[in-house]
Parts: sequence; C-alpha cells; structure tokens
Amino acid sequence: MKKIALLVMAMSSTIAFAANKDAALDAKALTVIQRDFRDKGIAKVDRVKQDQVQALCTQYRDHPPHALQDKLEKEQLAAVKYPADGKLMGDWKAGEKLAQSGRGLTWTDKEGDVVGGNCYNCHQLSPKEIAYGTIGPSLLHFGKMRGNTPDMQKYVYGRIYNAKAFNLCTNMPRFGHVGALTESQIKDLVALLLDPESLVNKE
Amino acid sequence: MYTRIILTLALAIPCLAIAGDDKSAEEIAKYREMVSDGNPAELDEMRGEELWKTAAGTKKASLEKCDLGKGAGVVKGVYAELPRYFADTKRVQDLESRLLTCMTTLQGIPEADITSKPFSTNNYKSDIEGLVAYVVGQSKGMKMAVSLKHPKEKEAYEIGKRIFFYRAGPYDFSCATCHSENGRRIRLQDLPNLTTNIGAQRAYTTWPAYRVSQGLFRSFQWRINDCFRQQRFPEPVFGSELTVALTLFLAANANDAVYDGPAIKR
Repeated sequence: MKKIALLVMAMSSTIAFAANKDAALDAKALTVIQRDFRDKGIAKVDRVKQDQVQALCTQYRDHPPHALQDKLEKEQLAAVKYPADGKLMGDWKAGEKLAQSGRGLTWTDKEGDVVGGNCYNCHQLSPKEIAYGTIGPSLLHFGKMRGNTPDMQKYVYGRIYNAKAFNLCTNMPRFGHVGALTESQIKDLVALLLDPESLVNKE
Repeated sequence: MYTRIILTLALAIPCLAIAGDDKSAEEIAKYREMVSDGNPAELDEMRGEELWKTAAGTKKASLEKCDLGKGAGVVKGVYAELPRYFADTKRVQDLESRLLTCMTTLQGIPEADITSKPFSTNNYKSDIEGLVAYVVGQSKGMKMAVSLKHPKEKEAYEIGKRIFFYRAGPYDFSCATCHSENGRRIRLQDLPNLTTNIGAQRAYTTWPAYRVSQGLFRSFQWRINDCFRQQRFPEPVFGSELTVALTLFLAANANDAVYDGPAIKR
C-alpha cells in the first residue's frame, strides 16, 4: 500500500515536472519569437502578437476543447459585418480575377496595393484553371450543388469574411475580419462561387 | 562529355537563333545547358572554396582555422551534423550563424557588413552564401546526424517545434499550415510534410539549392526567410536563435537520411 502511494507520488511529481518544463519551454519560445523578428516594409513585428483565436489554436495544435471552440466561434461570428445594402453577390468575373491573385500583405508588397483573394493557392474553382492548390477542399460546382438562396449567400459571405467563425482553427485566413479584402471584393467572390453564370458552376 | 556539350550547343543555338531576343527561349536554352552540364551550384561551391581559403577582413585571415564542429579547418561532413552546440560561443549554431562567428572573430569583418545583405540577388553575390555552397557540398552523400544530446540542443529542438506550430500574422498562418499534411500543394507546387521523418528528410537533404526560376543559389537561411515572408510575418533576424532553433527542428527530423545538397530546384 505504502509502495503504491509512493509510486503515485513519484508519478505525479514526474508529470508535474514535465508540465513545468513544457510551460518553461513555451515561455522561452515566446520570448524568442517576440525578440527575433524585425519590421520589414509593411510587415511589422506586432504581427507576431497573437489574438485569442491564434493563441488557442496554437496551444491545442488546432484541436481546442469544444466548449472553448464554440465560445470563440460565436464571438467571431458576432463580429462579421454584412453589407449594409443587403446585396451579397457581386460580379463573378471580377471574383475570378481576384481569386487568381495571391498578392498582398507580404513585406515585398506595398501599403495600399490591392490584396488578392489567394483562392487558387488552396482551392480548385473554375474547371479552366488547372493550377490549383489542395490545402483546402475543391470548390468546383459549389453553387451548382448548393444553389444560391439568400441563406447560402449569407453563409458564403460570412465564411470568406471570417472562416474561423465556422471552424475555429481552419487553415483559411479571415479575409474580411482582418481587413485584407473589402466588402465589394468579398461580394465578387461570393458571385464566383454562387452565380449560375460563373465558370465555377458552368459545365 | 564532348557529345554532351555538342548536343547542348546543337539544342541551344537554333533555339536562340529563332527566338532572337525572346527572353523565355533564352532562359530555356540556358536551363538546358545547365541540366546537361550539372548543377550551377557547383560554381557557387567553387566561389565559396576560394573565399574560404583567401585572407580577408581587418585581420587578413582565411577561414582555414574556422571550427564548424569537427575541429579547426574541417569542412568534410560538418553540415550533416549541424546545427549543434558550440562550447566557445555557448550556444547552438547553424552553418550560417557559425560562419558569422568565424568571419567576425577570425577575420575581423564587421557583423553588420555580413548580416545587412546575406542573400544574393541578380546583381550581387553574397560571400556567406558562397561559403555555404562550398561547405554543404562537402557533406554530400553523408548521413544526417544532428545531435540532441546537449541540453541546449534538446531545448533548441523544442523551441523550434513551437515556432513551427506558432500561428500569427494577418492570415493566422504557421509553418504547419502548409507543411503538416501529406500530398498538399499550393497551386502546382508540392508541399513537404515536415512533421514526418520522410517529409523532412526529402526536403532538408535537398537544401541549400540552386533555384532555376531565380537563377541563384539559395541557402537554408534564405529558405526560412522566404517562408516567413509568404507567411505574412515580419522578417526573421539572420542567424538568430529563432532561425537556428527552427533549422535544428527540421534537421533533426531529417536524421538518418543521406544528405544530397546542394540540389537543383525549379
């Protein structure tokens, strides 16, 4: 009995020690990250400061506890700004052009440059574009399969504005939330996905 | 060899003649010449060897007394065991940060002269990148054997891992966003999964490399620098603890694979 108690004590102190060590390494890594970057062009060092979402997803390697995930997703969703005019679909051709561009926000880009949608970096969209990435799911025939009801338009607008409101630790950036894309640019991307005339939905 | 050169010329000349001043045809011809005659990184290796052996700096010394981990002046096989802990500087260093130590202490070259322009451009050749080409070439064919014995090496691995998974910036990206799943691409560019041994081995053993699309030899510090640029992060300090820890994390994950750099890449 005594032996077991000792063993339990030894084990728990080992776990505590490991946890302390992990916490110390976390702190050290953060110090290094905060110290070893420099401003370059538009990319300033304040960019390495994490918001709540980034910190939580980093801490749990993109699998946070459900309760925390739900709470933060709700907060992110509440901050989505939908267009005041209630119109959610723009010009799909402008959307296609935007989807092609991977430019913007690096230290070699300039302040005020038009930021691209980066869509083809990670997604298949138009069947005409074969140079598409595969980090995200294929969006080929997205509107053809889902229709373009007002609810669907609202969902797609919200998802591009802030993908983290729907899946907290998704790889996809929060294009509207961080101000990378404007309202009218997001409308054009909604059209690219949902307009029946869009190449994404033709063929 | 002669047949090869003749073939290359036979391919290149009509190509140039037809294209006139068409730049892309010229590039293709140049590329053909390169791949038939070997890796252009060899030119950087030769330049680096010359730099290694030539006296420079206020102390008018060569780098032949530089200790890259296997004793003063030893170049053979050192890259397969870097980064590592160095007792004299009391820190873990990768090849570039160690070369920086040697160039400043042995040669008396001001650190800022090196770190202000560490990467080559189309009209500027970086000395430290040339030295890197020479040193890594001397580990070709050797097994990666990065040590995790010293407490500082263990610590660097753990810090490097945390940097790899650190999400931040306007797009919430970390290294892991692009490099933690198998079979993913950006556009048509395949992305190695650097969290697996096989992925890290394939990627790490083929850097540094000659980049055909840029027409330049690129060091590992450059590789990390440009990843952070695309991650929309600010710039990592050249040779900093941050870059060394991340490099050690990747290098140790590549252990046991045969080092095959400098390689040639798109």
